[in-house]
Amino acid sequence: MIWELFFGFLRVGCFAFGGAYGAIPLIREVVLNHGWLTDESLTYLIGVSESTPGPIMVNLATYIGSLEAGLPGALLATVAVVLPSFLVILAVTALLENFLKKGWVQALLRGLKPCLTGIILATGCYMIWQSCFSLEPGFQIQPRPLLLTCILAGAMAVFPKLRHKKLSPISLILLSCVLGIVVYGV
Amino acid sequence: MKNNRLSQLLFTFMKIGLFTFGGGYAMIAMIEDLCVEKKKWITHDEMMNITVIAESTPGPIAINCATYVGYRQAGLVGAFAATVGIVLPSFCIIYIISVFLENFLEIQWITHAFWGIQCAVGLLIADAALTMIKKMNKKPVPITLLIVSFGVMCASNLAGWQISSIQLMIAAALVGLFIFYLLPNHLKRGGKAQ
Repeated sequence: MIWELFFGFLRVGCFAFGGAYGAIPLIREVVLNHGWLTDESLTYLIGVSESTPGPIMVNLATYIGSLEAGLPGALLATVAVVLPSFLVILAVTALLENFLKKGWVQALLRGLKPCLTGIILATGCYMIWQSCFSLEPGFQIQPRPLLLTCILAGAMAVFPKLRHKKLSPISLILLSCVLGIVVYGV
Repeated sequence: MKNNRLSQLLFTFMKIGLFTFGGGYAMIAMIEDLCVEKKKWITHDEMMNITVIAESTPGPIAINCATYVGYRQAGLVGAFAATVGIVLPSFCIIYIISVFLENFLEIQWITHAFWGIQCAVGLLIADAALTMIKKMNKKPVPITLLIVSFGVMCASNLAGWQISSIQLMIAAALVGLFIFYLLPNHLKRGGKAQ
């Protein structure tokens, strides 16, 4: 069990290009395939990871490790997700200063980046779809999440026009908490 | 002297780990402020290079930066100290939260707040992707790769296709290698032969 956690997050650490959002589709796959969490509780954890300090990917590993196997699980999952990037950077800075300038490495990355963007976009859209609509039994619209999502999307679109900067993820999460309490409470 | 430098690395990166919310890019700004402006451990140009390296290697960007700065300052031990420093604060906070998470979720209004968060997370992820698309090189090959990956991922989510994102990424990397490296080289050689 504990080694499954280790190797699962080692895989995440090896293949997570492009920061936290690049890792979320991968983490979803690993976590859902192992049956560690449901889709719903994973989404909660992503929200909590956004709202606690530190790199989101590492936070998620710690949460999932701890929920699955207590302190040892948390430690192993965290080490596993950090280890690959630690080693890669050591290798790049110590041995292969010019490695990334090589033509074939650049070519690999040029293929990788748009694919990654597509995967991230698909994951975001799927998560929005999942919270607003359901297919069982039959197609149904969930009115409250749909209302919430529209308000939040509106806030994200309008805020930059008023303040000339993006609405930070943490303010969006806080806003969504307040709206959630209001919309589901009444 | 050496111990002093190590503890400086450890505490500086603990500070960064403790006070940056929202992941990678927020952390880069903080690292720039502390390591370039205040401590002068690395130059601004080096910082730019690290950001590019961090973006093109796997793993959390903040971890990549910490490892690099630590290595430059004090070798392997330094890399280790900086990496542990940046992970440690959030590890402790999250471990404590996760122990009480079940109890938290039994309180009604906290559950409601979490349902709200659920809507926000999908939006945040889609927004991150849209920002990446805005910055993207809009040539036919990347756009095709983007659309195909998006389509395959949607299909595997909705229709239960058995394609993992890792397989998709490996395929895209190979396509990149072929179109941007092997093919141009081949054409160049062909041109010379004639």
